[in-house]
Amino acid sequence: MMAGTDRRTESRVVRWTLTAVALAFLLCFLFVPLAVVFMQAFAEGVRAYWMALVEPMSLAALRLTALAALVAVPANTLFGLAAAWAIARFDFPGRGLLITLIDLPFAISPVVSGLVFVLMFGAQGLLGPWLIAHDIKIVFAVPGILLATMFVTVPFVARELIPVMQEQGSEEEQAALALGASGWQMFRRVTLPNIRWALLYGVVLLNARAIGEFGAVSMVSGHIRGQTNTAALHVEILYNEYNFAAAFAVASVLALMALATLAAKSIVGRRITQ
Amino acid sequence: MSIEVVGLTKRFGTFVAITDVSLRVETGELVALLGPSGSGKTTLLRVIAGLEIPDAGSILFDGQNSTDRRIADRRVGFVFQHYALFRHMSVFENIAFGLRVRPRDRRPTRADIEQRVHRLLDLVQLEAMADRFPSQLSGGQRQRVALARALAVEPQVLLLDEPFGALDAKVRKELRRWLRRLHDDLHVTSIFVTHDQEEALEAADRVVVMNQGRVEQVGTPSEVYARPATPFVYDFLGDVNLFRGRIERGKAYIGPLEFDAPGHADREARIATLYIRPHQLEIDRVGNGEQQFRARVARVNPAGPFVKVDLVAEWGDPVRVELSQERYLALALEAGTEVFVRPKDMSIFIA
Amino acid sequence: MRPRLRRHVLPGFGLSLGFTLSYVCLLILIPLTGVVLRARSITWPEFVASVTSERALAAFGLSLGAAVVAAVVNGVFGLLVAWVLVRYRFPGRRLIDACVDLPFALPTSVAGIALTTVYSPAGWLGQQLAPLGIQVAFTRLGVIVALTFIGLPFVVRAVQPVLEDLDREIEDAAASLGATRWQTFRHVLLPSILPALLTGVTLAFARALGEYGSVVFISGNLPFRTEVITLLIVARLEQFDYAGATAMASMMLGVSFLILLTINLLQAWSRRRGALA
Repeated sequence: MMAGTDRRTESRVVRWTLTAVALAFLLCFLFVPLAVVFMQAFAEGVRAYWMALVEPMSLAALRLTALAALVAVPANTLFGLAAAWAIARFDFPGRGLLITLIDLPFAISPVVSGLVFVLMFGAQGLLGPWLIAHDIKIVFAVPGILLATMFVTVPFVARELIPVMQEQGSEEEQAALALGASGWQMFRRVTLPNIRWALLYGVVLLNARAIGEFGAVSMVSGHIRGQTNTAALHVEILYNEYNFAAAFAVASVLALMALATLAAKSIVGRRITQ
Repeated sequence: MSIEVVGLTKRFGTFVAITDVSLRVETGELVALLGPSGSGKTTLLRVIAGLEIPDAGSILFDGQNSTDRRIADRRVGFVFQHYALFRHMSVFENIAFGLRVRPRDRRPTRADIEQRVHRLLDLVQLEAMADRFPSQLSGGQRQRVALARALAVEPQVLLLDEPFGALDAKVRKELRRWLRRLHDDLHVTSIFVTHDQEEALEAADRVVVMNQGRVEQVGTPSEVYARPATPFVYDFLGDVNLFRGRIERGKAYIGPLEFDAPGHADREARIATLYIRPHQLEIDRVGNGEQQFRARVARVNPAGPFVKVDLVAEWGDPVRVELSQERYLALALEAGTEVFVRPKDMSIFIA
Repeated sequence: MRPRLRRHVLPGFGLSLGFTLSYVCLLILIPLTGVVLRARSITWPEFVASVTSERALAAFGLSLGAAVVAAVVNGVFGLLVAWVLVRYRFPGRRLIDACVDLPFALPTSVAGIALTTVYSPAGWLGQQLAPLGIQVAFTRLGVIVALTFIGLPFVVRAVQPVLEDLDREIEDAAASLGATRWQTFRHVLLPSILPALLTGVTLAFARALGEYGSVVFISGNLPFRTEVITLLIVARLEQFDYAGATAMASMMLGVSFLILLTINLLQAWSRRRGALA
């Protein structure tokens, strides 16, 4: 064998080249676009940045985004817990189908997800005439935005919990029951502590998507400023008005939340593998 | 508390785990459910505990039908094979759990709980480990925490699923003697599941031998060992020599040999299998012409309290004999020695 | 006689399944049925006319083509990124690892305006490419760039755990039998990560096909040229052409189901591979 050729790993040159190519790819597709968000946000100075954020329409958009998250996160967390309990702890006919149904919103284009609600609740929709008759507005109003946000974020918590709970098995829960615990005591003292990191992980991802959803919400929003405009939609409106600095100012807030999500995800993820 | 099980059947999909099992365990007894894997012993234990719901049959605690009682109301202590300790709780918290989840009116005071947990820690010799977490304990220590946790609620019945299954050989032996002593002190009606015949025979008052979802035999360790009711029990409890032969009018025949078989006097000629344990065979250097067969020594293993001698019978089948060390020295056996073998006792099962 | 038959030892089956089914029905099943019912009110010629109009075909073609290219690019570079992150140690590795998920966490509109700015002829990277005669923003290349961005994490996150779990001994075994590093990769490593890689590529493709937010800014939305199918659906809806939007949306739904099926099959294959290893 030739001296210096270690067949167990790549040579230094190959290692460096591969690393450099991978990093260059990430640079072009991840880091430069991310940096640009912040550069553009402050392009007209800190004062302009601040004014763009505290402007009433921006604040209203951020408030609506917060509302959407405040509705979708608890609702889908509760749903995820219930679904994971039923699916990971019991065997019943149609279990596989149910899992597929829960995963469905991930597979569907956000545009189609939004359209689904327009076709259901819009003026031309199936329930449209009835809703108009009773003066209920869902599409192009806040309820539609909440519904669309809930729809696209359905799977997050359930998907994280089901494999974790299946792997842990139910012996500790059986032990708790054998020791006389009620169903609720078992859940609160044994189940919940065992899944807390996976649950938190799912909630972090759910929250990020609820804050950032664009396509589906865009379909049902109607883009009425100050009323049905979320932060992600507000970015689009400002950008299309060539108000780039303001658009990137709002975008930078969303990008910061995304970075916070990544940090939380990485910390929580490490706790799960421990 | 006595336990009575009547006609229990449990299926998992198309697999029948136990079929029509009936059994009675008296108050204060320590009973072993013994059988190979898949024999249904764990399922039976879990049905008694209320961890599985039977498809048919009933379970009576002290004569009261408890089949539909929830596990939380059965007052059974259950020790899981892999312990199922709460991984996020300390040893102390694990043991205290059953007391803390009681309804307020029956819950002991904080000081009471503390005292009881410490008494149990003392009992299982883990006083120093109270603040450790399950992941910081050895297998044997986890096993004892699981037992203390089950005992904390003062169960009327203690059920243990393969309690020593996950431990290494030496710890197993220590723990099963300790469990026996503990049972002698506490006298809680106890059932444990095991696939290790030595464990069942040494620790239990009575042994229930199970196979393919049915009970093969119930009896004291000496009964099931000395008088197996079925070929399966014979085979499962210790080494045994099988001889294919036939039986006719009170006589058993193996090859050219004829033996008395008093229990089968009125039988027509039938094919039979004769079961003879290695210690029930006697070796002689010279033949006396009576109920003996010829054999040649193939291999001798003198290590251990008994000497194991492997022979080849005159018709070619291998035969194993166990001798005392004295007898072995007196016979001066070595590979190739021609000997005569005489059965002292046997069991005959008609094919 | 038994007063009441309990079927489960663990509590809460009825409650949890009841809640789950009601929720899935209300939020997912009933709205989706709405699309199907709506689609049934469209006549067949109408349906064919909407999905085979020249503009629709061009949009379908671009969506499919760009999604395939982006998925393949992600297949190659995602595998490379996963390899570098798992096998090599360099400063900032953990930070970069965490950032791979950025496209999952960043709102697509933010990604869209950022990519457009970076790749526009005056942008940081667009400037470098312009002298070479390459224009990214407002061309089909821009669509591919946006779809590559949003599909990036899928391949990396699918391949990474498999690479981490690979037994180093099989590589040592290959080396001891005289294989070069490339032969080991080609004949030993690649086959074991292939199912995960294909799963990741399929997921990236699925996401790219339905993507809207990040494409809408960079593509320029020229009908027949840079208009993707999701943009066309939005355009139809804005023109109150509900029938056209529904027809195309139900096509997309069908494709989504097909992809979901493919992914399930790939994952089953991947699990079998895992069991053999």
